Amino acid sequence: MRQVVIWAERRDGRIADVSLETLRKATLLAKDLDGSVAAILIGDGCRESAEELIHYGADQVWLVEDNRLDLYQSDLYARIAAEIIAEAKPEIVLMGGTSIGMDLAPRVAAKLRTGLTAHCIDLYIETIDGRDQLIQVVPGWGGQMMVKITCPDHRPQMATVRPGVMEKGTTDVTRTGKIIPITPAICEDDFRAKTLEMVKEEEQETPLEDAEIIVSGGFGLYGSEGFEPIERLAAALHGEVAGTRPAFDQGWIPESRMIGQSGKTVRPGLFVSVGASGAMHYTTGFLKAKVIVAIDRNPKAPIFDIADFGIADNLDRIIPCLIEQLENQEYTKH
Amino acid sequence: MPLNIIVCIKQVPDPEQFDRITLDPATGAIRRAGIPSITNPLDRHAIEEALLIRERCGGTVSVITMGPPQAKKSVEDALAMGADRGAILCDQAFAGADSLATARVLASGIRSLGTFDLILCGNESVDGATGQVAPQLAEFLDIPHVTCAKKITLDGEAAALVERVIEGGYLRVEVTLPAVISVVKGINHYRLPTAMGIMAAAEREIIEHGCSVCEPDSAVPESPTRVAEVFESSLKRTVEMLSGEPEVVAGELLHRLREMEAL
Repeated sequence: MRQVVIWAERRDGRIADVSLETLRKATLLAKDLDGSVAAILIGDGCRESAEELIHYGADQVWLVEDNRLDLYQSDLYARIAAEIIAEAKPEIVLMGGTSIGMDLAPRVAAKLRTGLTAHCIDLYIETIDGRDQLIQVVPGWGGQMMVKITCPDHRPQMATVRPGVMEKGTTDVTRTGKIIPITPAICEDDFRAKTLEMVKEEEQETPLEDAEIIVSGGFGLYGSEGFEPIERLAAALHGEVAGTRPAFDQGWIPESRMIGQSGKTVRPGLFVSVGASGAMHYTTGFLKAKVIVAIDRNPKAPIFDIADFGIADNLDRIIPCLIEQLENQEYTKH
Repeated sequence: MPLNIIVCIKQVPDPEQFDRITLDPATGAIRRAGIPSITNPLDRHAIEEALLIRERCGGTVSVITMGPPQAKKSVEDALAMGADRGAILCDQAFAGADSLATARVLASGIRSLGTFDLILCGNESVDGATGQVAPQLAEFLDIPHVTCAKKITLDGEAAALVERVIEGGYLRVEVTLPAVISVVKGINHYRLPTAMGIMAAAEREIIEHGCSVCEPDSAVPESPTRVAEVFESSLKRTVEMLSGEPEVVAGELLHRLREMEAL
């Protein structure tokens, strides 16, 4: 039976969101291929996570446990994953495009001498010349182009998936599947690159990916009061603050708050863009927001082409009005 | 301990002008005529890091690129920053190479340069942006790799201590040399070439190789992936413009958002 395999990344004792997003996509692809879904899970003490993967749609989990595998070890993870894949011979291998996924996937693809496509935002099956091929869609040239990539003659077809773009599935605790424990043979030579520890740098704020409402500012705020109005508007909406690359270059926002091709991809319920003209490498980061509001001085700005509601006005006029009305309503509500 | 460092660089179209890239509706080919080329910005951080290490430990810095003939300009710029020698791998047959093929060509080119202790790369290019070449290059050279490096400390004779960025923090990784390390923007501020540097660079050697450098048998490595189609992204929505006095517009917007349960 044809298989779709994912690598499930564990972070802080739980499965990373992007791995669940990837898993759901894998179940859809497997359905089209009339195949099954398997997951590779590497770590220490993670049987619960293996069961969780089954509840989310995996038919089978290779559970590779060892206390030396608790932290990501590039040499070993790559060797173990490549060995499992070489034996299972799946059609497709998907990994979440986190900083670690983007480190592991290329090395595994090189070991398997197969193709790998980075940062996919869509994946589907199409039959070309009688063979089922994985169509891998990636944004190119700063996001203004979309590129379809295939890997016609090599198997597995490998891709990394951009976090936040695909949807997570739902869990079903009654679902059953097979857990195959693997005890890897590990020797000193496997630690040429050795991860010694993970150092966390506390983020005070809600990660942007989890925000329901985001207010994002661009260079159009230059010359008015900078980012302060954005922060006040975000607070009045109970949302999070974000910005464009120029806003980051101005030092108005940290890199972790930057939206777009070189920053974060988000899909909030409401995205309010203020003072950004709407370059593709920015808008590509929030195209999947449920409702998009664009506010910019220039009525011809391309940002209005991708928005649901547009206000073309002087920012110094409209933003204070919005803040005031939001704050007043808050007051009347209480 | 003096180190022989090799920096892999790539010439890319200036990302500031990506919006000038268009699609030929007849052929589906990318049109990027007139867009100037630059050295991939992250690669300049890699060159800078190599120069900083040479200043501390001694040794040599070589830069290598795979690209069309005009990519030689990026090698010259690196020499002007202070690199000791350069190499360009250039062959019609390399056109359209994917990351796997590129990594294999670079691995062959690097072997032809002699012994090395450390290979530095930018973490990704602004055009392809896959970030895949560094780990794949390491695989083909059979040495370890570390990506996303924000700090590199040389740890005695044969190892480096690397802080590699992950979401919400970083990993401390000890890696034996030789190794491939790819760097992120925060690792340093890169220097600009000086007039003296440009003059000195003119004297330095640039080695050129075609596909005869490829191992084994001078065969051009295969690219498993293909670009099946390029299309302009069309994710337009039908916008409703709200206009009038700001108080009215603000009220109308909030009313509509509440109606849609977006607030």
